[in-house]
Amino acid sequence: MKTIFAKSVPGRTGWQPDTDAPRAAEMLPAGLLRKDPPRLPECSELDVVRHFTGLSRLNYSVDANFYPLGSCTMKYNPKFTEYVAALPGFARLHPMLPQLGRGTSCAQGALRCLYEAERWLCELTGMKAFTFQPMAGANGEFAGVKLMAAYHKSKGRSRTKMLIPDAAHGTNPASAALAGFEAVNIESRDGMVDPDAIVRAIAEHGEDVAGLMMTCPNTLGLMEIHLPRIVEELRKIDALLYYDGANMNAIMGKMRVGDVGFDVVHLNVHKTLGTPHGGGGPGAGPVGVGERLLPFLPAPRVRRRDDGVYRLDYSLPQAIGYIGPFYGSFGVVIKALAYMMRLGGEGLTRASEYAVLNANYLKKRLEGVLDIPYAHRLCAHEFVASAPEGTRALDLAKGLLDRGIHAPTVYFPLIVKECLMAEPTESESRETLDGYVEALREIVEQGKADPASLAAAPVSLPVRRMDETAAARQMILTEDMGQ
Amino acid sequence: MSMNPADLLYSKSHEWAKIEGDVATVGITHFAQEALGDITYVELPQAGDSVAAEKEFGSVESVKAASDLISPVNGTVLEVNTALEGTPELCNSAPYTEGWLIKVKLAAQPEELLDAAAYEAFCATESH
Repeated sequence: MKTIFAKSVPGRTGWQPDTDAPRAAEMLPAGLLRKDPPRLPECSELDVVRHFTGLSRLNYSVDANFYPLGSCTMKYNPKFTEYVAALPGFARLHPMLPQLGRGTSCAQGALRCLYEAERWLCELTGMKAFTFQPMAGANGEFAGVKLMAAYHKSKGRSRTKMLIPDAAHGTNPASAALAGFEAVNIESRDGMVDPDAIVRAIAEHGEDVAGLMMTCPNTLGLMEIHLPRIVEELRKIDALLYYDGANMNAIMGKMRVGDVGFDVVHLNVHKTLGTPHGGGGPGAGPVGVGERLLPFLPAPRVRRRDDGVYRLDYSLPQAIGYIGPFYGSFGVVIKALAYMMRLGGEGLTRASEYAVLNANYLKKRLEGVLDIPYAHRLCAHEFVASAPEGTRALDLAKGLLDRGIHAPTVYFPLIVKECLMAEPTESESRETLDGYVEALREIVEQGKADPASLAAAPVSLPVRRMDETAAARQMILTEDMGQ
Repeated sequence: MSMNPADLLYSKSHEWAKIEGDVATVGITHFAQEALGDITYVELPQAGDSVAAEKEFGSVESVKAASDLISPVNGTVLEVNTALEGTPELCNSAPYTEGWLIKVKLAAQPEELLDAAAYEAFCATESH
């Protein structure tokens, strides 16, 4: 498919109604005006409509079909949240308004939404307060690790080590490194974080350990069962516990991470609360803290006065500084709030129950089709499986694409051989899950009986099997946009 | 799995070392390259850098993952395999010969490395 630039024809335009709005040339000093027009594609309205309609038809989304991409939680984003966030009172509000003299009184509704959303998240997690500034989950991780650094700094300590389990998401060591810490690998035992490995790491690094970053349930889809001991060991040296909220969608209403002893948590609202994934718009990665990290949250914070008036509080001398502009992705926070209010505590709990039930159902039904490690244990919202002997995870994944189903995550986590990691999410029906099992059963049979035909998959998509090796070895990262 | 030459020593992180006097040639094992899949990029230290046993000295990227390279020996880098810049696939096709990574001037003779038989037994427990 050609790019929109390749479809450009000099002089071709769409039609725009005349408006009375002043033109840039009337408002800006002459010295700031550009001399040549920008090199934008020149296309008719129909060219543009066909181009982007064509692109959208090449795309795959959860609105089109089942999307069991493990670890990513491709759950359905209910459309009513779009309606709520698009209300003009939210969508057209200027973020500067509450910062102007009397502007606060004109933005009470928006401030109240931020305040209420924070209260909801505190109730859900057991944390004391949240900031909405981080613009995505990884940005939230960075903010969370900076909060941990600020805590130790306030105590006059320079701690340099961050403990990170080997099953962690790659963003954990990346966030820690970006915030100036050195990651120390903690080996798993029986698919769990091993508290003895933590004790050994503390013995080796002593009070140089700033904290531990943990995902629970972990990346294998297993609930971490040693949490109390892990909390106790870290508390002994006043190290902090970071909860990576990537898998929070498995424990809503079941476990509050603040009650367990975590000091800081980021939430991926697209996984936990049904807002779109970042690729479909701006993301949000709210960060919550317990008592010890409260003073370091970024400014401003939304406060509610006794008379019910909401205002922004900037007098936070120990705050770590801005992580994102203003109040973060306000529209995304509105969607998350709408989702929480629509489901309520009971509905959120049920969402987690269904996510876990669906994953266990799928895991049980796939026994005998795939090799299931940790089969004796219940999984949480996702589970790992290995391609059976004689087949490869990559081929099974491509076979699914030919049947109109998005592939599960493959080759992650690294500690599972030929790994296929599926996460059905709470949104899917039993019929959809059964369809997935039958599709995989057929594909495995095909792979064993006729490996060459499966190695040729996909054959029904806009593109055939990609040469991933060549793409990685000879990267072409530029596009000629013409004159 | 008689893939692993008997005259090399092996680490549990799947690197090999060939000791000749006070110089060690270091690479990744057949097991490692097979687990990684097609290797697309290798990041190595420079000559003169020091490496320490059980510590990271570079990384290797494949279509599946990026992994740290863990040194089996202590010493100073004498030479790096510059051929890997343009042809990282040598690590896949010839992990024990043309796909070597670095040559190290040893600070001490390595300890706690496995011989080929012990390494093969270890690999058998790794692949579940």
